[in-house]
Amino acid sequence: MTGPAILLLLAGLGAIAWVSARARAMRLQTAARASGRRDAVHSLPGYHGWYVALWTLVPAGIFLAVWANVAPGLVTESVLSSPAAQSLPADDFSRSAILGEARAIAVGAQAGAFNPLSQGLVEPYKDAIGKYGMAGATLAIVLAFAGGAYAFTRVRPDFRTRTRVERLVMATLLIASLLAIITTLGIVASLLWESFRFFSMVSPIDFLFGIKWSPQSAALGYGNDDAFGAVPLFWGTIFIGAIIAMIVAIPLGLMSAIYLTQYASPTVRKWMKPTLEMLAGVPTVVYGYFAALTIAPALRDFAVKIGIHGASSESALAAGLVMGVMIIPFVSSMADDSIAAVPQSMRDGSLAMGATTSETISRVLIPAALPGVVGGVLLAVSRAIGETMIVVMAAGLAANLTLNPFASVTTVTTQIVQLLTGDQEFDSAKTLAAFALGLVLFIVTLLLNIVALRVVKKYREAYE
Amino acid sequence: MTAMIHEQHNMTPTVETKMTARDVKVFYGEKQAIKGVSIDVDMDNVTAFIGPSGCGKSTFLRTLNRMNDTVASARVEGTITLDGEDIYAPSMDVVQLRARVGMVFQKPNPFPKSIYENIAYGPRIHGLAHGKADLEVIVEKSLRRAGLWDEVKDRLHDSGTALSGGQQQRLCIGRAIAVEPEVILMDEPCSALDPIATAKIEELIHELRGRYAIVIVTHNMQQAARVSQRTAFFHLGELVEYGVTSDIFTNPRQERTKDYITGRYG
Repeated sequence: MTGPAILLLLAGLGAIAWVSARARAMRLQTAARASGRRDAVHSLPGYHGWYVALWTLVPAGIFLAVWANVAPGLVTESVLSSPAAQSLPADDFSRSAILGEARAIAVGAQAGAFNPLSQGLVEPYKDAIGKYGMAGATLAIVLAFAGGAYAFTRVRPDFRTRTRVERLVMATLLIASLLAIITTLGIVASLLWESFRFFSMVSPIDFLFGIKWSPQSAALGYGNDDAFGAVPLFWGTIFIGAIIAMIVAIPLGLMSAIYLTQYASPTVRKWMKPTLEMLAGVPTVVYGYFAALTIAPALRDFAVKIGIHGASSESALAAGLVMGVMIIPFVSSMADDSIAAVPQSMRDGSLAMGATTSETISRVLIPAALPGVVGGVLLAVSRAIGETMIVVMAAGLAANLTLNPFASVTTVTTQIVQLLTGDQEFDSAKTLAAFALGLVLFIVTLLLNIVALRVVKKYREAYE
Repeated sequence: MTAMIHEQHNMTPTVETKMTARDVKVFYGEKQAIKGVSIDVDMDNVTAFIGPSGCGKSTFLRTLNRMNDTVASARVEGTITLDGEDIYAPSMDVVQLRARVGMVFQKPNPFPKSIYENIAYGPRIHGLAHGKADLEVIVEKSLRRAGLWDEVKDRLHDSGTALSGGQQQRLCIGRAIAVEPEVILMDEPCSALDPIATAKIEELIHELRGRYAIVIVTHNMQQAARVSQRTAFFHLGELVEYGVTSDIFTNPRQERTKDYITGRYG
């Protein structure tokens, strides 16, 4: 029996279980209600339906999930013990190639065999797959019936199915949230593992403090020494994400927050705030081609006109400017929140001293809101240095260690993309370098986020 | 003299009238909060505004330094003058007005800066100090007048928000004094304080009397009786009665005043 068929069958069984249990609960409860006791009936009939349906589906479902992982092993086992398998070569590689081919033919994914040995194994394979498939299906259906029957017999008017179903819902939600955490941990673990492999080839000191980045030369066999100095990448990332982008985003974000909280009428605010926040919803790839196709050429022409040497059509400035615009909403909305959180009495106090609105803002509101603003800026920086699309499209690939904003620089994220796109061997230092870069990026953004949230939280407590 | 004061529109000329209000009406959108109040505030006496919650006493107080300007829906009609000058005239600069008419709020609201910076704030924005030494003199003088100098002189650079509630309120009074105002408005300055801190503030009000025209809003009738020489009773946005404090409390002319003072409502 095939997978989809058995799943369909189970779904049908579940539906039948739901309907019949609900009907039975209704009938029993109507009878029980006649007795007149307040506690004679506990859960709504629908809950009984779900309870029985879940008992029908969950054990069978879990069994199928386990079976799907166990069965292939059992199939191979039985094929290997068949007389036709005695003539298989001894080395693992060709043996598994033959087995794979036989299996592909058996399930109909491949029409004929290259290796005559596989042809002989097709029949044992078909037999084994059929045998174990049938066994699994039968067991699953038996389990479904058993679970359903067990639950069905427990349907009683005062049986507390509602609490039980509720508990299962909670467990499901818990598993969902744990999955996210486990995934994160898994990602960190894989980053750590691959970085560890990288650092066994290239010393961490060379990586963190070296100033020459040319992974291609390492790949071409010139050795790993001096090829993986990541400082130009770190500099490029900081130059674009933490310097140029922030020079754009901090003043603009802060000023728009001040305007929106202090000067704008409620109507203006109602329109401008969502519009500003829409900037955050623009896909970064759109910003990317805006930067690469519009801003970068214009900047290069401008730089050439004013006589700057080394102006490139892929400049740090283009990527940084556009990235700055992208993160204005982050800075603005954090600043907005923290300015709005400064008590009105503070503002009144300053105005009553005869201060003007702008004096009040610059001398009282901003200092009071500063921790929140700083937190917002740190979050924005962490977002900016992790940003990929804009820099891939607009910042270029040359690992220059330069202060010239019109020159091309490259960033950590750009290089990760470069190292991992295309066909790669996953054991060369060149490929593994991507994981080391990813690890550095991960640690830096994590620290920035922790510090930012701390700062914001500490500040929030001060006024509550 | 007593009789004349009860004639609300004709204050006796023996005291220097600082601020006058004539037929002042305040609207919040459609709602009228103040219904034609006329009153004179003089230099030598502390004036108390009393009345039940929502009677408009705080709203009226805030018209005296145009703090209602910060409320978008508020609209003020009538005339209010300071030394004969209409404070709602287009030629009046609200910044200068507020430097002349200072305000202390219900909840102490020191800025999240040092004690020194709190006091120095006003002189700095109004350019009152010429140099650092001058500013230090102003800070010390203001803190002395606010009765806080001895308590904080050794920690002027600690945060103002770290002081106790009563000290914070005296810091706010000192902050208002530092710009040399002519009038100080106090909006229930003791309602967030304990009795001992309250007593200190009341004592301070006594000391400041005569140097500044002081108007204090309070919901505490004993406090009005203790600190003021003139009392105005507000009810439902109207000024019901205005007169010498002792008269208002011992011999009110209006039935509503009498009912309020004897605790019939409020």
